[in-house]
Amino acid sequence: MKFGFWKKAGCAFLAASMLAACSGSSAADNSGSSDAGAATGDTVNIGLNFELSGNVSDYGTKELKGAQLAIEQWNAKEDKPFEAKGVEVDDKGEPAESISAITKLIEQDKVAGVVGPATSASSIATYQIATDKQVPVISPSATQNGAELKSDGTPYDYAWRVCFEDNTQGKAMALFAYNTLGLKSVVIFNEVSDYGQGLAGAFKEEFESLGGTIVNQTPYDAQTQNFASQVTAIKDLDFDGIYIAGYYNESAQIVKAVHAEGIEVPILGADGFDSSDFVSQIGNDYANNVYFTTAYTLLDPSDSLKAFVDAYKEKFGEDPSMFSALAYDATNLLLDSLAASGETGAKLNEAIKTADFAGVTGSFTFDEETHTPNKAVLVVELKDGAQANVTEVETE
Amino acid sequence: MSQFLQQIVNGLSLGSIYALVALGYTMVYGIIKLINFAHGDIYMIGAYTAFFVTTSLGFSFIPALIACMIVCGILGVCVERIAYKPLRKAPRITALITAIGVSYIIEYTTQFFMGTSVRTLPALVPDTSWQLGPIRITYIQVVIFTVTIVLMILLTLIIQKTKIGRAMRAVSADENAAKLMGISVDNTISFTFLLGSALAGAAGLLVGIYYNSVSPLMGLVPGLKAFVAAVFGGIGSIPGALVGGLFIGICESLVIAFGGSLYKDAIVYAILILVLIIRPAGLFGKNEREKV
Repeated sequence: MKFGFWKKAGCAFLAASMLAACSGSSAADNSGSSDAGAATGDTVNIGLNFELSGNVSDYGTKELKGAQLAIEQWNAKEDKPFEAKGVEVDDKGEPAESISAITKLIEQDKVAGVVGPATSASSIATYQIATDKQVPVISPSATQNGAELKSDGTPYDYAWRVCFEDNTQGKAMALFAYNTLGLKSVVIFNEVSDYGQGLAGAFKEEFESLGGTIVNQTPYDAQTQNFASQVTAIKDLDFDGIYIAGYYNESAQIVKAVHAEGIEVPILGADGFDSSDFVSQIGNDYANNVYFTTAYTLLDPSDSLKAFVDAYKEKFGEDPSMFSALAYDATNLLLDSLAASGETGAKLNEAIKTADFAGVTGSFTFDEETHTPNKAVLVVELKDGAQANVTEVETE
Repeated sequence: MSQFLQQIVNGLSLGSIYALVALGYTMVYGIIKLINFAHGDIYMIGAYTAFFVTTSLGFSFIPALIACMIVCGILGVCVERIAYKPLRKAPRITALITAIGVSYIIEYTTQFFMGTSVRTLPALVPDTSWQLGPIRITYIQVVIFTVTIVLMILLTLIIQKTKIGRAMRAVSADENAAKLMGISVDNTISFTFLLGSALAGAAGLLVGIYYNSVSPLMGLVPGLKAFVAAVFGGIGSIPGALVGGLFIGICESLVIAFGGSLYKDAIVYAILILVLIIRPAGLFGKNEREKV
């Protein structure tokens, strides 16, 4: 009997504590919504939704740093119209986590706008909620083709990005290859992914419309290491360039296999090449006659880019990457638009739409059809493993 | 024709590596009937050892090869003593699941300490290549092939000519009878793990310098392919592992040559299924009936 009594008492206690927990959380909700009034006053919350853990945490952590630097510099200004406060959340590189992250930012933190995430899939996951709640999302690096578009081809009203899309890169490289390098026939290696297929498709379309020919296209799976056979299979074909649409690990193995076969033609690629690991895997001697498209290079930097690099190095003790620069631009675009509109919601979104923004990764306005910036693409040449020449390619 | 010969050369160098890893599977299976799924990860540790001794300690090729073989050999024995020995009398499925667990432990411990990103090895062998008539052979391909052949010969000598080799064959044939003859079964099994893991370590080093990159999950796919090679050749048979490895390597190369870059794995596995339908014990496998 005694045992039964304690059991009941325990249940009662548990139930009581659960009730208490419920009332506790509703109290917290109330205080959360009362903060919202203050958010439109002196301090504005900015959502920073990035991949801070998981597979692609490298991109997310770099972008968070760029965004933090932008907010810090904003708050250091004397004539700032409001104080900005970054609210960080980790979406773990998962689209589902990204949805709960942005819901938390909008519902609990009452953010005026969100910067991030870095990857396309996680960004796209947040666009519907952002549009429903009228909170603009600016993705620094969601480069997937048509990422800002709904399935009917119209853009999500509150979704923006500050990078060019994969199509633009592929197209720019085709123009550069045909017009500047004078290549006429090219073979393509592409990874079987949105990124690789998007790039390869855009490159092929533009290159053929210019009058060039694509002699062969070899698709490959991510994580492939051995390319000797694929390269042997194309070596007797007649071509004067190779376009690789993929990330740096596989691309480096392709370049090595190409040299092992004694093929000497220019190697072209996209921002997937943009990593120091690419050069260290193929070796400095072979990192010649290699060209890739990117949004960011420290070669020949503008004054604003130089200032950004110096400030970043001072704050974090490391060199910024393309991702930090894009996030820095995205955050600044949001802050500038907030200052210009003086309001959140539809007015803020209108200010972003009409922004004429000058950032460290170039100046741009938005294309209203795609919510993607009209930006020039940079083509960087590698010589003995170092970035040697940079050419700007206009794709419009 | 030159295309064909060249693809055979590519396939031989790829297949040599599968063969080295397949030997470990086949030897362990031959002696305790266990499919050691952690074997691919031992190979990965070999590649990381190569990364460590060449970048931090500045070893050249031969010392690095020996270091990788020793480290992996010891790791293999530790895995056997800690994870498999207590399960020797347990049902076979228990040991199999333990092997999968060990595989995850090795992978994620490596990720924890070394990070998930790909690391780059320095070039250990010169990247010269020779044009021999219609085919082109690189230095590293020659190295891979030579090391594989030398290790195979050594292994055959150990198994056929030494006392411990005879003990291995005895335990493999009948464990209880071997015990009655005064053979220490535990030591013999440990020695088998030592040999198999050392070969995987050598394969890890060769792959590390071939692609000069290492990553924590690199053992997964080659481990599976090597397992396929072992089954294809007849699991438990040492010449079978060699032939199976080379066959799968060449097969992959030829499939790619005829435009099947994306289907190479599917076709390799389809061939495996065919062989197993026609010869269930594999090419060199003994077709034994279970005694009742």
